[in-house]
Amino acid sequence: MSMAFLEVTNLCKSYGQAEILKQINISVDRGEILGLVGPTGSGKTTLLRLINLLEEPSSGSILLEGQRKSGRPEREKIAARRRMAMVFQKPVMFKSNVLENICFGLRARQLDQPEQRKEKAMQALQSVGLPGYESRDANTLSGGEMQRIALARAIILQPELLLLDEPTANLDPRSASAIDSILLGLAGGRTAMILATHNMMQCRRLADRVAVLVGGRITALGKSEDILGRAERSGISSPAIAGLEIPW
Amino acid sequence: MEEIWNGILRAIELIITLNPEVMGITARSLFISFAAVFLAAIIDIPLGGLIELRDFRGKKALVELIQTLYGLPTVTVGLLVFLLLSRSGPLGELELLYTPAGMVIGQMILISPILTGLTISALKGVGPQIRDTAVSLGADECQVIGAIIKEARFAVISAVLIAFGRALSEVGVAMMIGGNIRDYTRVLTTSIALQTSMGNLEMSIALGILLIGISMILNLSLSRFQGR
Repeated sequence: MSMAFLEVTNLCKSYGQAEILKQINISVDRGEILGLVGPTGSGKTTLLRLINLLEEPSSGSILLEGQRKSGRPEREKIAARRRMAMVFQKPVMFKSNVLENICFGLRARQLDQPEQRKEKAMQALQSVGLPGYESRDANTLSGGEMQRIALARAIILQPELLLLDEPTANLDPRSASAIDSILLGLAGGRTAMILATHNMMQCRRLADRVAVLVGGRITALGKSEDILGRAERSGISSPAIAGLEIPW
Repeated sequence: MEEIWNGILRAIELIITLNPEVMGITARSLFISFAAVFLAAIIDIPLGGLIELRDFRGKKALVELIQTLYGLPTVTVGLLVFLLLSRSGPLGELELLYTPAGMVIGQMILISPILTGLTISALKGVGPQIRDTAVSLGADECQVIGAIIKEARFAVISAVLIAFGRALSEVGVAMMIGGNIRDYTRVLTTSIALQTSMGNLEMSIALGILLIGISMILNLSLSRFQGR
């Protein structure tokens, strides 16, 4: 039996008395997109932050290719993080131009020479539909443009695991569709993806499997057509998912 | 009043004619204070970054202590460094007492709390999202500190300018560690004190005008940075 690229086992996270995540067990294979749906406050962002090793779980483990990465020394966590990239729900830009922002991760990981970085950045800008933006001050861009720059900043790293927290939340339908195409282009390759979203349509389009997170627990996990088909047959739409009205 | 007026006129003449002694003292002051700030910045800015970014026991107390030391009396620092550098002191063998290098060390100690504390305050102003973004993109601790300092660069430069102003205008360390030796450790502040005590008001006023002028340029630069 082949080993999943990412395995999350019995993961719990509490802040003081508040239990945010309870006994989470999920896995993602290379080339697979796992959709993570659930209402606001269900713990999706916390789960992605834990997987990105930005926070330590209260208990449980995060494993990459069978090797435990949570609870390890910072040096090991940095090495593990360099195999991943995360796009935050509200991305922030460094006080610099777009090119510097996109190349930050490549520089931090000491990948490529400056000329190659620039070339890759241009390609990444092209793929997110923002060619010619390289000299723009990143902090003067609109929310949607920032979101696309954040995605470019992540995909330029060619991560083995891409964590996406509502990556199209601030985008118009056309831009969102372009982003979906980029993500589908990455799927099937070496990149495993977790896509946290409220948008069931997007989840259906992109995700191979779906995990439903409600109140910090995985309440359903399976193939997207099964899970989302059940929801649709029950007459549940995207706002209903966001509003806790999940009958599972 | 006439004496003061004559003093001002003479001072202007000394400055306009680039009087060698006045220019020498000014250049020495700037050099010593610049060296102290440069060396202190290399240590204190990353140190401020480490203190701000790391969580450890006693962090709050340490930050409060650093802030308390902003107003460290210059003569106290002068005395401390004097005891360290004097012949019978632990660093006496280095023979740094009454040298510009000794003055640089003294000024570094004097401005370190300001530079470290203001760096901590500057970095506090950078949201945690920037740190998370840098970390998630694979930055190690040094790269994260570098990125955050870059984000707060205007506030950090302000801290450096404030520290430079403090170093340039202090007299206790310069007098006690430098010894006010002519053409060697005599700087603007010690020279003003000496010339005034000798009744040479023209020279005092000339040096005073230069000191105020430099301070004004510093403050103008500071306002410009803080306005960004």
